[in-house]
Amino acid sequence: MSAAADQPYQAPARRDPYQLGRRDPHAKRQGGEATGHGEGGPASKRIVTAYGFWIFLLSDFIMFSGFFAGYAVLGGAAAGGPRPADLFEPTRVAVETALLLLSSFTCGLASVATQARKMVLTQLGLLATGLLGFAFLVLEVQEFAMMIAEGAGPSRSAFLSAFYALVGCHGLHVGVGLLWLGTMMAQVWVKGFRDDILRRLACFNLFWHALDIIWVGVFTVVYLLGMGR
Amino acid sequence: MLGKLTWDAIPWDEPIPLAAGGLVGLVIMGVLGLVTVKGWWPYLWHEWITSVDHKRVGVMYCLLGLVMLVRGFVDAIMMRTQQAIAVNAPGYLTPEHYDQVFSAHGVMMIFFGAMPFIVGLMNFVVPLQLGVRDVAFPTLNSVSFWLTASGALLTNVSLVVGEFARTGWIAYAPLSEPAYSPGVGVDYYLWALQIAGVGTLMSGVNLVTTILKMRAPGMGYLRMPMFVWTSLGANLLIVAAFPILTATLTMLTLDRYLGFHFFTNEAGGNPMMFMSLVWAWGHPEVYILILPAFGVFSEVISTFSGKPLFGYRSMVLATMFITVVAFMVWLHHFFTMGAGGDVNAAFGIATSIIAVGTGVKIYNWLFTMYGGRIRYTTPMLWSVGFLVTWIIGGMTGVLLAVPPADFVLHNSLFLVAHFHNTVIAGTLFGAFAGLTYWFPKAFGFRLHEGWGKAAFWLSITGFLIVFMPMYVLGLAGMTRRLQHITEPSWRPMLLVMLGGVGVMIAGVACQVTQIVVSIRRREELRDWTGDPWDGRSLEWATPSPPPAFNFPVLPDVEGEEVYWGMKQKAIQHQELVPEPDYKAVEMPRNSPTGVVVAFFCSFTGFALIWHIWWMVALSLLGAYITFVVFAWRDHVEYEISAEEIAAVDRRRREARKRWLFEHSEAEGSA
Repeated sequence: MSAAADQPYQAPARRDPYQLGRRDPHAKRQGGEATGHGEGGPASKRIVTAYGFWIFLLSDFIMFSGFFAGYAVLGGAAAGGPRPADLFEPTRVAVETALLLLSSFTCGLASVATQARKMVLTQLGLLATGLLGFAFLVLEVQEFAMMIAEGAGPSRSAFLSAFYALVGCHGLHVGVGLLWLGTMMAQVWVKGFRDDILRRLACFNLFWHALDIIWVGVFTVVYLLGMGR
Repeated sequence: MLGKLTWDAIPWDEPIPLAAGGLVGLVIMGVLGLVTVKGWWPYLWHEWITSVDHKRVGVMYCLLGLVMLVRGFVDAIMMRTQQAIAVNAPGYLTPEHYDQVFSAHGVMMIFFGAMPFIVGLMNFVVPLQLGVRDVAFPTLNSVSFWLTASGALLTNVSLVVGEFARTGWIAYAPLSEPAYSPGVGVDYYLWALQIAGVGTLMSGVNLVTTILKMRAPGMGYLRMPMFVWTSLGANLLIVAAFPILTATLTMLTLDRYLGFHFFTNEAGGNPMMFMSLVWAWGHPEVYILILPAFGVFSEVISTFSGKPLFGYRSMVLATMFITVVAFMVWLHHFFTMGAGGDVNAAFGIATSIIAVGTGVKIYNWLFTMYGGRIRYTTPMLWSVGFLVTWIIGGMTGVLLAVPPADFVLHNSLFLVAHFHNTVIAGTLFGAFAGLTYWFPKAFGFRLHEGWGKAAFWLSITGFLIVFMPMYVLGLAGMTRRLQHITEPSWRPMLLVMLGGVGVMIAGVACQVTQIVVSIRRREELRDWTGDPWDGRSLEWATPSPPPAFNFPVLPDVEGEEVYWGMKQKAIQHQELVPEPDYKAVEMPRNSPTGVVVAFFCSFTGFALIWHIWWMVALSLLGAYITFVVFAWRDHVEYEISAEEIAAVDRRRREARKRWLFEHSEAEGSA
């Protein structure tokens, strides 16, 4: 965009927000008053990218809310098969949660290292994030495999369908996140701390933390409430 | 090797889809051949297919929409013909085929006709009206378009390879479950919509970000043109509603592919959840379709009445009111499911209340026209036609919102007539008004008025002849989706409706003729000033067609209707504003990412439909590599020099000076 787009955001000059009706466009601007309602033109690319990615994340949350709604409706429909309390292991879920939260912490550390433009530390932070995420995925896949081996696969009952879809969707997000993470690490390594790479890193950070938020929901709705069912 | 795909997938024994498919194939081959012979490929590739310019992407969206509208219209003609002749007779379409036709008709019209057209208009117009140079994410915009095109392609492939869904346009479960729909029809439906839906979602994210974060200096929220406001409402709805569709279709896909039990009759599945989820997307969807059309009407009525939009702020409020309440009415699509009197009453009241927002808009448009100097051009005719006919659709909607009435009328032709009345008289008339209104901006010449007016009168007459009897038949008890009819007393009405279709065909023919005639006579229809209609918002401040960078310098917005203000100032002072200080501009470089990703996604979808797993893996890998290659590029922008910008703008200023001179002459003699 234009050069003006990259200038830092300036605090808007206040004008009466309650002034109604059409202003005469020919009227001379009153002394020192900024144009418009204090808007300074398009925001910088950094703002626009992160903002757009937030909007996408919100839409992703809505998609998850569809799966949460499905689980809420079907969670009790065990169809004579195993119920949540028969299947879930508290220890495994606790370890999974710890891994994922830790990975967000290392992701934050990587971001701090990026701010300081330290390549090795950034890469180490991202690598730790990836390994922790991978470990989480291994535990989850293992849980799925064990349940399926016990005859508690997704076709057993509507409850299990909803369970596999919701938890699996989160797992799929983690998997795609790992793919993205690997690509990001390569980009940072080869291209360095370029502006567009930094913007992508910021988006990845948002994405990874958003997965945590979803996991808190999964942990509560599926596992914590499920243990009592 | 090829999964479920065999030669039997092609319906050798059914002449209609074969002939239609062959015809479409011939047309496509003809077009490709012409492009090759004329050597247009480099031009098409560099200027259109890989373009990330919001104007080019918008035009391609609209073109896709127009072609698919014709395809959906052909389905409609087939249905009307079938029902007119199949009274106590088998007709010419078998039940299996007829079911595919009405399902494809709905899918085509909503997802690949109306949606792309509306999204295309928003893409083209919104950045221009905001006074900026592009959308927030230009390459993503191109990806969105090509994904939509990929979904449309898959749906059309089902015509000759396999079959399409026989489940109606939203594939109600458990009918769409493998137990009742074992063929590939529903799979075509699922993957086509999933791919196109991702495209739509991305485009929604893009436009919301553009409107909220990228506006010309001084363009406060309450200075945005009405079309931008309604686009904001529609795109917020896209961002909030399409993920629900993604989730719902994913659940149905899991049911079909991996034996899940979301919506089955067995193992605790709940088909009613499908209705609830799909309409939680589906009802906002109808407002996604209608809100931008409201924006078009606001622009058109204000421009051709020569007055500012009446009650601008109430219009903004009504738009946002509709945006919010659109999410609180979805249950009225299944009052009869048995949610109970209290729930039905709550949703019935919410549904009636949403009409208040629309009512505010109708009165604002009427008061905008009141006392204005009205020019009945083609876009204005579509708008006034909308006002008159859409009222009927709105009021029958309020009638259907009353649960006891709905119990009588649901699933009848009355309902079908109602939603066609809102979608055709609302969205489609809006699309055509927008097409004629912004066509000169996009291509530099106006559309022929005579043919446009003929198209309008034929279309609205045909529309009334088809759908007013449909209300009557619905009240008489005729249900929807009938392959044959056993009640002979309905025959006269069905024949009248068939005649109406004939009139609508003439209307469509006039529109095609209008475009052809206008292209041939473009020199005499040329728009030299960039402001052919005496417009009021910023898109008319650019030359027609606008240069890639839209604005030489970002305009300084000093009030509502900023361009109208500029013009009045110029007339008052008898001169243009002083020439600005031109600076070089960075614009995003073209990228084949969109079309290549869509290429791989089409194969992914096709392979998933036919269970060709190696092709799925290969195509997904291809899509991933495309993204990595895109992420790896080093030069993302190119520079347009200050001299080039100055040259373009000086030509525009020359044209404007001539206009100013002529304008003052005319004023003087009046």
